[in-house]
Amino acid sequence: MQKFTVHSGIVATLDRANVDTDQIIPKQFLKRIERTGFGQFLFYDWRFQDDGTTPNPDFELNHPQVEGASILVARQNFGSGSSREHAVWALDDYGFRAVIAPSFADIFFNNCFKNGLLPIVLPEAQVEQIFQRAAEHAPYTLTVDLENHLVRDEDGLKLSFEVDASRRHNLLHGLDDIAQTLQHEEKISQYEAARSW
Amino acid sequence: MLEKIWDEHVVQAPADGPTILYIDLHLVHEVTSPQAFEGLRLAGRSVRRTERTIATPDHNVPTTDRSLPIADPISRKQIETLRANCSEFGVTLFDIGDVRQGIVHVIGPENGYTQPGMTIVCGDSHTATHGAFGSLAFGIGTSEVEHVLATQTLRQFKPKTFELNVDGELPRGVTAKDMILYLIGSLGTAGGTGYVLEYTGECVRAMTMEERMTVCNMSIEAGARAGMIAPDQTTFDYLRGLPQVPTAFDEAVERWKQLPSDPGAVYDRSNSYQGKDIAPQVTWGTNPGQVRSIDDQIPSPGDFSDATEQKSTSNALEYMDLKAGTPIHDIPIQRVFIGSCTNARIEDLRAAASVVRGHRVNSDVNAMVVPGSGKVKRQAEEEGLDRIFKESGFDWREAGCSMCLAMNPDKLAPGERCASTSNRNFEGRQGKGGRTHLVSPAMAAAAAVAGHFVDIRGWNFSE
Ligand code: SF4
Repeated sequence: MQKFTVHSGIVATLDRANVDTDQIIPKQFLKRIERTGFGQFLFYDWRFQDDGTTPNPDFELNHPQVEGASILVARQNFGSGSSREHAVWALDDYGFRAVIAPSFADIFFNNCFKNGLLPIVLPEAQVEQIFQRAAEHAPYTLTVDLENHLVRDEDGLKLSFEVDASRRHNLLHGLDDIAQTLQHEEKISQYEAARSW
Repeated sequence: MLEKIWDEHVVQAPADGPTILYIDLHLVHEVTSPQAFEGLRLAGRSVRRTERTIATPDHNVPTTDRSLPIADPISRKQIETLRANCSEFGVTLFDIGDVRQGIVHVIGPENGYTQPGMTIVCGDSHTATHGAFGSLAFGIGTSEVEHVLATQTLRQFKPKTFELNVDGELPRGVTAKDMILYLIGSLGTAGGTGYVLEYTGECVRAMTMEERMTVCNMSIEAGARAGMIAPDQTTFDYLRGLPQVPTAFDEAVERWKQLPSDPGAVYDRSNSYQGKDIAPQVTWGTNPGQVRSIDDQIPSPGDFSDATEQKSTSNALEYMDLKAGTPIHDIPIQRVFIGSCTNARIEDLRAAASVVRGHRVNSDVNAMVVPGSGKVKRQAEEEGLDRIFKESGFDWREAGCSMCLAMNPDKLAPGERCASTSNRNFEGRQGKGGRTHLVSPAMAAAAAVAGHFVDIRGWNFSE
């Protein structure tokens, strides 16, 4: 898994609540059997016009100021619905390293950590502040500093966020969960031996 | 109850991180597993407990003639990949052609794999369905699928508990589906985030197992990863005699009787509702929380005080092509889908058949029934339900997810409006530009006949 320590990048905003994983990556693209190549289909139904290839100029990610964006900021309950990890793979493959929102759906939130994409929960008022700054200063850049739990910009904005210590540790070091769990293999075997099914 | 199941399954609980939780049953389907098996292969790992892992193709499978090869080459490849992975890693597969094939959340319970007190996971958010038996069942992502395959455990933080108590009785014609839509409408699509919902109260106790599955199934639609209902005599009676239940069944029942929360147990949150307040429900928007009673009207953005909510409402009305103030009765539909892991069990098909018996599907409507599994289909055919559906103009299909998510050829055309018994009305869920209204099987069947939504409470049932 790729590490996450400190990242600076252009911010793209998505002014919608309850963005579901069906929107992030529509089902017709779930048939691939690889983990890669999903970025081209990210937000497909919103990003492209009906022909499926012409970019929809109204969609926020298509605005020229956010080209190359790597930090996505959205409204509450981001990533709701289907468990498809493809949603995270698509965001990652498109180039996003962090997503900021007032709240996330559980499964999506978990899936992010398994792929080195950092989901950051900030209070609604602070998210609103980012929305405003991004609207005023496009292209707007933020720095996400996982070591110090901080999101900051060049004009003095400094917002701290919380992240579970073990998840933070794994992201900072790019550690794989399975290898870690298998270090406790003996415990698992003991548990299995002790259970009388 | 959550506490008891959780404690039983702790392999290790470090002070500073997630618990390593043992998983009793892992269900696998073709869409969320290929990358997990690939991960195992790359790392040279095996499936730790093949006897606790069951696979079936469901999302992609065609629901038409099964003797033909699958036309879509990518769907075919995904199903073939599942086949190859199962045989390479030694996982039991209920393949196309096996009567046990079907939607993963239908076949687990009907074969007795799903049992009280278990921890159950699947790379699918509707795994919550299995909580109807008093198990802790939740959906996971593909990385976690790989984790369970390799270790038979998951790293999890303990969720909080949220009791939803529904007392009294549901009025005639009001079903489990209406109840859960009503609850989601009241909680909102994120109201249950971070919680396991436990459904309690007289309405829940009076429900059959299939009704309880419908309720638990949609817990994720309120943001909760899991929903559960305490096991009772209804649960034990349902399980007795199913193929995979313990041979020492009575002993197992004694153990299962210990699972329900002790009297006076405290939940992190509790809400109470009255069954009599619930009417048949119809969603009008693009998430399952955007729902109203059949005798209500389409809301306007101004009905909400919150700015984000106002914006979601106007987006939804635009996508759904609906005008505020329109009575829900007056919304015409072109398609009807009776199916999905929420409502494609035998009781759902019986309910829909009793509505359409003696009636014809409206000439403007294209309607289909997709049974949840091969077994449900066989049972329905034994009872002659297929004939009732076919005679009234429904398509009668093979088992699978079908138009619940339209990964196979069953989908809505842009602009088509559908009364659907599935669980998600997201934009494009049933086909790009398609418009989905979630309802109960009886309401969907009545809409198929009338060509628009009707209140099932006034339906003319013919014998
Ligand atoms: S029926 Fe629909 S919700 Fe259920 S598992 Fe299949 S696709 Fe998912």
